[in-house]
Amino acid sequence: MNITEFTVHELQEKLKNKELTITEITKAYVDRINEKEKDVQAFVTTLTDEAISQAKDIQAKVESGEIKGDLAGIPIGIKDNLCTKGIKTTCSSKMLENFISPYNATVVEKINDENMIDLGKLNMDEFAMGGSTETSYFAKTRNPWNLTKVPGGSSGGSAAAVASNMVPWALGSDTGGSIRQPSSFCGVVGLKPTYGLVSRYGLVAFASSLDQIGPITKDVTDSAILLNLIAGHDKKDTTSVDMPKKDYLKALTGNIKGLKIAIPKEFFGEGINEEVKNKLYEAIETYKKLGAQVEEISLDVAQYALATYYIIACAEASSNLGRFDGIRYTYRTQEFKNLKELYKKSRSEGFGDEVKRRIILGTYVLSSGYYDAYYKKAQQVRTLVTNEFNKAFEKYDVILTPTSPTVAFGIGEKSNNPLEMYLADICTVSVNIAGLPGISIPCGVDSQGMPIGMQLIGNKFCEETILNAAYTFEQEIKFRENYKPEFKGGAK
Amino acid sequence: MQVSREEILHIANLAHLNLEENEIEKYQTNLQDILNFANIVNNAPVEGLDITVGANEAKNVFRKDEIEIFEDNESLLKNAINPEQNMFKIPKVIN
Repeated sequence: MNITEFTVHELQEKLKNKELTITEITKAYVDRINEKEKDVQAFVTTLTDEAISQAKDIQAKVESGEIKGDLAGIPIGIKDNLCTKGIKTTCSSKMLENFISPYNATVVEKINDENMIDLGKLNMDEFAMGGSTETSYFAKTRNPWNLTKVPGGSSGGSAAAVASNMVPWALGSDTGGSIRQPSSFCGVVGLKPTYGLVSRYGLVAFASSLDQIGPITKDVTDSAILLNLIAGHDKKDTTSVDMPKKDYLKALTGNIKGLKIAIPKEFFGEGINEEVKNKLYEAIETYKKLGAQVEEISLDVAQYALATYYIIACAEASSNLGRFDGIRYTYRTQEFKNLKELYKKSRSEGFGDEVKRRIILGTYVLSSGYYDAYYKKAQQVRTLVTNEFNKAFEKYDVILTPTSPTVAFGIGEKSNNPLEMYLADICTVSVNIAGLPGISIPCGVDSQGMPIGMQLIGNKFCEETILNAAYTFEQEIKFRENYKPEFKGGAK
Repeated sequence: MQVSREEILHIANLAHLNLEENEIEKYQTNLQDILNFANIVNNAPVEGLDITVGANEAKNVFRKDEIEIFEDNESLLKNAINPEQNMFKIPKVIN
């Protein structure tokens, strides 16, 4: 088996038994990037040379006993909206094309403290706005299962890099599905933690009350390992929650007897592809076999949640993106007569089409005359959605839905229809609106061989429950043993 | 609710964006489509419900007002387009 096919926990085992060295592992990933990146285009910045020299250094320090810890020398990829000191952080935007952060995001600091190796910064939809990574200013990332398809988004580079074995795992961010949906499209595991579990310090803000950072991994065990590292209170993020640290790895028992799973019938209705639905029904049967108690419920909030999501997310984005003004660290227009023109021209030239669309929508719903009808109403609907989920979690441990109504669609297929693209977020946005944890794991492939994702939603701060439910299912169906991306379609 | 051309231009101005002629029409249509969809929030049974301003319980987080000096000016100014004497340079604001 090729080194890059191993999960992180397998790599850790092999390092411990001295079957592999840190330099061998890093070298294997660098070779893989050199081989596959031209087809997949998952990176904005690769750090292959830096990674090799870092690996040698860490290897020596591990051998001399100067460095301990079982994540030392493990490579990782980082979504390009997480600030990395001394390395470009572009958010896949012309606006930040040359931005070099003067500080590290807290999650990046944690990665560095463990002496992990950063293989590069991963492509995304511009400022995380999109579900296909097509709005990136730099490149359209391709889906490793079929290169004519999108990898999903906005963390499409992260998911595609993990699926194509160019990184063993990656960090993404999720505002309305941006970790879970690309994970579903690329056949990997993506976890969006409870709002407040992971510090957002150093994550370039899209919608601050919805954004969370989380792991994209090959399997559920790796997801628990990476969550163990990144979870925790941070005084630099006042919305991060101060609570005792948990060991998520311990939650993976493989026993879900008596687990109460709810199937909200509204998430299996019109608009959900038949093949997706059927694969999900098979998964439900698997859960029953494993000893779970499965019941259908009504959770009639998906449509409201989607409308609310686009109102709130765009409102917050229009405010958050106000800071990009052409003055301190962003793109600046060439010619201008006064300050206002400097602002307006820099922003108009620096932002892409989708970002402008969302700024306009956000500014509209916050503007005088429309605030009550849209923004305030959406905030009330947010309460409604949260209450409905709370009610469901009084009776059930897990809510099971598809991650996305369809498998990965073709590159260019939806890029001219913004509303259609927004409607595809129907299964994931409620989770952000209610601040809940959600995980997407592969549950099979469709007739074209494209992966289908299943979403498990848990109550607030109950990551252990959904991780164990995902783990137990994964052990049963062994997706990774049965299916592999084949890079169909060739480079265009 | 109908979005007029004037409204799009007003909103773009508030957001500090210049729109090309073809963009005005495009965003007008896009915004109209999205608002038509988003209008369903007005049918939601929300009477008597409070607004939610954040995902978790809203509480103030206080800290002591202590000055911390960020000393790495060099890496901050590295991002500046046209710095001068350790400062960001902008066009004249007051004539």
